[in-house]
Order: sequence, then C-alpha cells, then structure tokens
Amino acid sequence: MRHRSLLILTTGITAGAMALSACGSRDDSGGGGDSDKTTVVIGLDAPLTGDLSALGQGIKNSADLAVKTANKNEEVKGVTFKLVALDDAGQAGTGQQNATKFVGNDDVYGVVGPLNSHVGESMQKVLGNANLVQVSPANTAPQLSQGPNWQKGDKKRPFDTYFRTSTTDAVQGPYAAQYVYNEMKLKKAFVIDDKKTYGAGLASTFKKEFTKLGGKVVATDNVNPEDRDFSAIATKVKNSDADFVYFGGEYPAGAPLTDQISRAGAKIPVVGGDALFSGEYISLAKKKAEGDLATSVGAPLETLDTAKEFMKNYKAAGYKLPYEAYGGYSYDSTWAIIQAVKAVVEENDGKLPGDVDDARKQITEAMNDVSFKGVTGDVGFDEFGDTTNKQLSVYKVEKGEHKPVKTGTFEE
Amino acid sequence: MQGLPEQLANGLILGAMYGLIAIGYTMVYGIVQLINFAHGEIFMIGGFGALTAWLWLPDGTSLMVALPLMILMAMMCSVLVGIGAERLAYRPLRGGPRLAPLITAIGLSIALQQAIWAFYPGAKKDRSFPRFSGGPVEIGGITLQRGEIFLLIAAPLCMIALAVFVSKTRTGRAMQATSQDPDTAKLMGINTDRIIVTAFAIGAAFAAIAAVAHGLKFGQVSFRMGFIAGLKAFTAAVLGGIGNIYGAMIGGLVLGLTEAMATAYMSNVPGMQQFGGGAWKDVWAFVLLILVLLFRPQGILGERVADRA
Repeated sequence: MRHRSLLILTTGITAGAMALSACGSRDDSGGGGDSDKTTVVIGLDAPLTGDLSALGQGIKNSADLAVKTANKNEEVKGVTFKLVALDDAGQAGTGQQNATKFVGNDDVYGVVGPLNSHVGESMQKVLGNANLVQVSPANTAPQLSQGPNWQKGDKKRPFDTYFRTSTTDAVQGPYAAQYVYNEMKLKKAFVIDDKKTYGAGLASTFKKEFTKLGGKVVATDNVNPEDRDFSAIATKVKNSDADFVYFGGEYPAGAPLTDQISRAGAKIPVVGGDALFSGEYISLAKKKAEGDLATSVGAPLETLDTAKEFMKNYKAAGYKLPYEAYGGYSYDSTWAIIQAVKAVVEENDGKLPGDVDDARKQITEAMNDVSFKGVTGDVGFDEFGDTTNKQLSVYKVEKGEHKPVKTGTFEE
Repeated sequence: MQGLPEQLANGLILGAMYGLIAIGYTMVYGIVQLINFAHGEIFMIGGFGALTAWLWLPDGTSLMVALPLMILMAMMCSVLVGIGAERLAYRPLRGGPRLAPLITAIGLSIALQQAIWAFYPGAKKDRSFPRFSGGPVEIGGITLQRGEIFLLIAAPLCMIALAVFVSKTRTGRAMQATSQDPDTAKLMGINTDRIIVTAFAIGAAFAAIAAVAHGLKFGQVSFRMGFIAGLKAFTAAVLGGIGNIYGAMIGGLVLGLTEAMATAYMSNVPGMQQFGGGAWKDVWAFVLLILVLLFRPQGILGERVADRA
C-alpha cells in the first residue's frame, strides 16, 4: 500500500512544516557600552513581523523613544539605557523563547511587552521565575494579573513580576456593552470570537454585561484567527435579526469579517476591542469599515496634554511607522522600568547592586511604588500590577478614520 | 435551515476555487506521481502577479479593463514558476525514490513563500487587492458578490476547456497516454518531458485564475495564502480521486459545501452545539477526508489501481 502510506506521510510532513514555518525569529542583540557607565538593557518583545506588525513596530519605536529620552536627559545618573527588541511574530512559543533569552542576558533588568495576551501568558512564567520585571503596554486579558478565577471574584496575582499599563478586558468588553446598549440603543447582538485568550475573554465579558443590561445575544459563533473566508458566517449574520456584531478578535481577521458581513448584505456595525483600533483595520476593510466601533484603553492621545510632547518627539525622531494604538502605553511602560531602575540606583548610592539577581529583585519591588505623570496620564500600579488609570474610549470609523466618540471611566 | 440557498452558493463558490487549484495537483500526480506541495505557492504567486499588473496600470483604470491584463500577468508568473520548479527542482530527481521530490516540494514551497515575504514590497502584511465597484447582485434571492460571479463563470469555462483539450487535441491524448504508461508512451514517440512540462503549466495557469478570483473575493492577497489554500486543494484532489481531473473539481465542491454547511448548521444538530462554530469547519473538512479514505481510499471518482510494490 505505498500509495496510501505516502499520503499519510505527506500529511504528517505538512503538519510539521506548518509548525516549523511558524517559528523563527531574529536576534539583534549585541554587546557594548561605555566604560565608566553601567549599561542597563531593557528587553522588548512584540510582533515585529507578521499580521500584527503595525502595532508591534509602534510599540518598539515608542519604547526606543523613551530610552533615547532617558539617555539624553540623564534620567538616571551613571546609567545608559539600551533597548534590545526581539520579534515574537504573535506566537506564544516564540515569546517564551525570547523571555528565556532576556533572562539569560545579565544586562537585562526589565522587559517591555508583549502585545498579545496569550504571548504574555507564556512569557510571565519565565520572567517570574527569574524575578525579571515585565511591563506590558497592551495585554488586556484579566487572568494575567488577577489569576484564572477572577471572574468568580477570587482574584489572586500569579506573578509579582508582571505589570501592565493598559487596562483589562474585564472593563473593556462591559464598557462597549454599556455604550452600545445605552447610547446607541442597539438591543440584539451577534457575538463572534477567535478563541484566543484575548478575543474569547473580551467576548465573554461583553456578553455578560450586555445581557445584564437587558440586551439579547441572538447567536454566537467563532472563527480561526488565520481564516480569511467568512462567507458562511456572514450569511448567518445577515439572516439573523441582530442589530450589530460584537467581534472579540484582532484586525487581520476582523477587517475581512466586517467586509464580508456588509457584502453579504447586512448593514450593521461591527463592534470590537482595542485590537480593531488600528489604521490597518480601515485600510484592509476600506469603506466597509465605516460605522464600525472599537473600544480602546485610555483616552485618545490627541486630547491629552501629557501626550503632546510625546507626539512631537515621536514625529521629530523620524520613525517610519506611526505609534499606533499602544505607542503611548509602550512609552509609559518603558519609562516605568526606567523609574524603577532610578529608585534602586538612588537607594544603592548611585549604582545598581552588583549581583544581577539581587538587582532584578529590587527593581521588581521598586515597580510597585512607581508613580509618574506619563503620556497616557497618571501611571501607577495596584496590588495586582494593573494600572490605576482605568480610562477607556470608544472610537467610531468615520470617513476612513477612527474618531473618538466617548471617553470615560468604567462604572459597574 | 435558514438561508440554505445562500449557504449552498457560498459552498459552491469556495469549492469551485478549491477545485481550480486542485486540478494542478491532480494532473501532476496523474502523470509523474508527484504531490507538488509547492502548488499552493504557485497559486499565491499568481495573486501577486495580478496585483503587480494592477499596480503598474495608471490610477483610476477600470477593473473591467484591467482584469484581462491581470489574469494574463497572473498566469505568466504562475506558469513561469511552475515550469521553473519542474525544470530545476523536480526533473533532476525524476526516477529517484519517490520521497525525494516530495521533500523538495515542501522545501520549494517554504522557499517561495519566504521569497515573496522578503522581496515583494509590503508583502510582510496582507496587501489589499482591487475589487469590482458596486454592491452585491441578487439572483433569485441569493446575494452574490461581483468577484464571486467571476469565479462562477471562470471555473466551468476552465473545466470545459480542459476537457476539450485532454480528449480532442494531440497533446491532450499524449498526456493521457503518458499518464497510463510513461515508458510505452515514450516508445510511441511521445516526448514525455514536454508532456510533463505542459501538465505543470496548465495546473499553474488554473491556479493563477483561482488566485485572481481569490483576490477579487477577499480583497486581499498575502504571502501565506498559498499554504492553507494548497492544503485544501490537495484535500480536494484526494477526495475526488487523485489523478482524475473531474474528480478534482468534484472534490473541491464537496469540500467547499462541507465547510459552508458545517459552519452554518452544525450547531443546530442536537448535541453538537459546542462543535458548531466557524472555527470547526476545517475539522469537519478533514473528518470527511478521513471517512472517504477509510471507505473509498481511491477517492470519489478514482479508479482502483493495482499497487506497484
């Protein structure tokens, strides 16, 4: 039976090839530094290539800007900061490898990133065991800081090294539900998610709040994040009498989804979280994105006085790509690490403790007390490592741009 | 069964696309017994060829005017890569153990994918593809996109052209002879090398048409699109009976319909709610493949051939 065994073999090899091609990252770390100054490396992990690279590059550039600013102003005397960026391509496994690399590099005293919650989940264990502090600008899954049983009210912080400057989906989904139900008066939802940590979490918190308010979820469905064919689901949406679609997922699937839903003939908006709040969403879905809504953490940077200088400096630095949804948070995350290093250096008579493990531990502890006026407002962390700044905004796509329509703080 | 006609149309359209790509797999397998795993990437390159043609044209060109040029360019790119692959990657290994060209095919597939990723400007993200202006068209209560209509016209035309070519022309008959027995065909004066190249070229041309249809339907092309599409088309070819060109089309349609039906109605089946989502469509497609291989290993239209041990 050579014929059949060849088929089986082929299928096996294909699966292997799929797994292999998903890996692979670029390492651009390098040594060097001034002789009389200590070099503190801040590691950065984000998807620098692939579908989500627009967001990832914005994170990297903004962190780079924070590091350059700190060096220019001599924010910490006797310390030169250096950014080492690694690419996780949105893959949890690659993120974990990168975390291991950071742990192994004795010059790394803090890590900024990642973008994706599922990547954050795999990284925090590695970094937690090494006492290496991590500040994510974009992870929004609540269990990362509040433990797996947060929904039942049993909040427990899994890793003392994990912090984030973005607020969580525990408020983002409900915030969208309140806006859609109370202000747009839409009562019937079709909920779709992509089964990832972020998307499924967002969809479930949305559903809970929306039904609590009195809204009705007429149907639910899920998709694969790498799918681009949603014709069958689009037809289902059209034939349901839903007023809008809530999508828990990211823009690479979200853009074709909204496109195909409106092409199928359903003239209803798609509402989603911060992963739809990207220029790429609009440029992929073109006119079909008009009227769609996205919530995002924080207030629109354009309206904050604290962000004006960041935006000016970002422009002046001449980065090729925009800072995107998480630029301000990434700058603040990096700045938080710089502040923690500063606190430790000041405690230790102007230098870092000689022992790496000791220094990392002290920096992690110092992070709990970090507080400063950042790009996105007041930056500080609560007992779970979550940001104390719980502002959120709703954006609507109008004439090919995300226009802020509401900013506020979530209230139960 | 809400919206059944529309879901059937969705399945048929998707299936026609799988079928068009599957023809390339099946023809090459029928003649040289090689599963050309780089075929998905030949499809993907067709998409980028069409996109390039569109970008070369002046802004504001109507898609109706541009389309023939885009198809031509897509076919040229795909056929060139297909023939090149045959000449450089597979021919040197012909006559060797069967595993060697298979592994080469997988390597070639990754190489082509990465080449586009690395060298095509902006291909690291999804590139948007031009689409027909104007809204959907209603035909008998079924909403169809203009891009889908292109596919619904192109797929049967391609099939008819291929059927005529294989049964009526000299080259087509030589192709049949080669697929039956390459050695005897050679003794009869058929240039089998040329026939093999022709099979690669026709398969690539069909993949290119499918790629244009894919771009028009989804409005984007990406360097990764060949992988899943290729895998689905391979499945379609096996379903239909690999080596049989009509089987490839039927296998594609069955696969497309399975995916659409599973997404639309599986959650209505009692006890199947948790398996009903769109994320499960690939699972059901491969369950179907396994069932066919278990009970009819030669595929739907395949013939049982004696094993050559």
